[in-house]
Amino acid sequence: MDINDFRGLLTAVIFFAFIGIWIWAWSNKRKKDFEASAALPLEEDTDLTTNERENI
Amino acid sequence: MDTAASYNDKVVRQFSIMVVIWGIVGMLVGVLIAAQLIWPQLNFDLPFLTYSRLRPLHTNAVIFAFGGSALFATSYYVVQRTCHVRLAFDKLAAFTFWGWQVVILLAAITLPLGITQSKEYAELEWPIDLLIAVVWVAYAIVFFATIGKRRIKHIYVANWFYGAFIITVAVLHIFNNLAVPVTLTKSYQIYTGVVDGMMQWWYGHNAVGFFLTAGFLGMMYYFVPKQAGRPVYSYRLSVVHFWSLIAVYMWAGPHHLHYTSLPDWAQTLGMVFSVILLAPSWGGMINGIMTLSGAWHKLRSDPILKFMIVALSFYGMSTFEGPMMSIKTVNALSHYTNWTIGHVHSGALGWVAMMTIGSMYCLLPRLYNRDSMYSTKLIDVHFWTSTIGVVLYAVSMWIAGVTEGLMWRAVNADGTLQYSFVESLKAVEPYHYLRLLGGLVFFSGMLIMAYNVWKTVSDKKPVPVAVLEPA
Repeated sequence: MDINDFRGLLTAVIFFAFIGIWIWAWSNKRKKDFEASAALPLEEDTDLTTNERENI
Repeated sequence: MDTAASYNDKVVRQFSIMVVIWGIVGMLVGVLIAAQLIWPQLNFDLPFLTYSRLRPLHTNAVIFAFGGSALFATSYYVVQRTCHVRLAFDKLAAFTFWGWQVVILLAAITLPLGITQSKEYAELEWPIDLLIAVVWVAYAIVFFATIGKRRIKHIYVANWFYGAFIITVAVLHIFNNLAVPVTLTKSYQIYTGVVDGMMQWWYGHNAVGFFLTAGFLGMMYYFVPKQAGRPVYSYRLSVVHFWSLIAVYMWAGPHHLHYTSLPDWAQTLGMVFSVILLAPSWGGMINGIMTLSGAWHKLRSDPILKFMIVALSFYGMSTFEGPMMSIKTVNALSHYTNWTIGHVHSGALGWVAMMTIGSMYCLLPRLYNRDSMYSTKLIDVHFWTSTIGVVLYAVSMWIAGVTEGLMWRAVNADGTLQYSFVESLKAVEPYHYLRLLGGLVFFSGMLIMAYNVWKTVSDKKPVPVAVLEPA
């Protein structure tokens, strides 16, 4: 196997890895975890008064 | 209060205040050199005030001092909040602050003295480079150790972007600055010829891609949802956005070397990857902007959100413009002209600076135990100075750049050049004035910000903030 076979193989591996990431990210099993993560920036610091912040 | 139960916000406050100070310094130097391009006598015949020495001072100050401090501040804040844990190693974190300030001071001394490696965005000589490397490794240890002891299962997407930024900048900085020291202030780099060019722009483009893009996308993924009061539009998309952006950016560097002695295939490779970059870039922009869907009315009353949304719009514009300019035939017109300067500033002022400013207005009240900044009205004034300033700047440089490009390539029937260089310089002079005006307007906004920040923080005693429980 010369270096160019390796390069072609690597391209294929990365291509399938990319597809894999899409499948992983869109699988329903991830949904709950992702929703929990996406809520992290919305947490407010505990000792700050939040009344003048966004009214969510 | 036991320290482990509170967040380490001291280092965040220190970096945040320096963001404002270095922003003013860096942009002031920018305004001065823009004026020097109109009135060269403004260097007063003093070597340390010449354009050639102040220009790297400007770029280093705005990128590494202003932008760098913003990235340190927000990454330290975000990683603590999204991991529900105090920042690791208080003393090492303090070292990154003081070390980074020493680096900036050394840059401010050596660059005007003409001590330089002559590599764009990597001008600093080897002793300073060593210090940067040490500070950066300390930064990586603090950041990743904090991630390591997180009390949240998943690592929030902003931390992925910050983490990629930290690792990649370490690699770029170390390899691009490999040099043989001769004296304390002089070294010779180990790369020669076209290899040097390729290394330099592998570094230079990824400084844009990871320092000015990935890092600030981390900021975007935390502070846009925070300010909008809504979770990011699509968390799934953010995962794909992350992996595709970091996989593609690394290969785009050769587009800085079109029509040079770099092998043609490498130029084409750089061009193709640059065009592909449009996809992840716009994926991220759409994800940021759509976070406001259902909350667009907030734009009417919240100038901080306006900063963020205009920043994302400029991100979208410059990541469309960049791939276009990397196409060889477009590059043949745009390269070496002011178009490039316009492109850089629509990214640096429009995206980087406006996202930073918006995030700082969101962050600073929280760091000083306040509900909001001293004056929301002044944030709005700042928003308009920034927007008008960057538009004036970018538009004038676009017109100047295309004018130059067309004049430089115009040939007579006998093949001789139609215009001398000085004729093209004369043609773009009006746009130099317009650019200076744009820069001045943008800079004036930073002074307003400084006043607003001063009034916000000066009479407030920060209080420790409790670390949130594990989730």
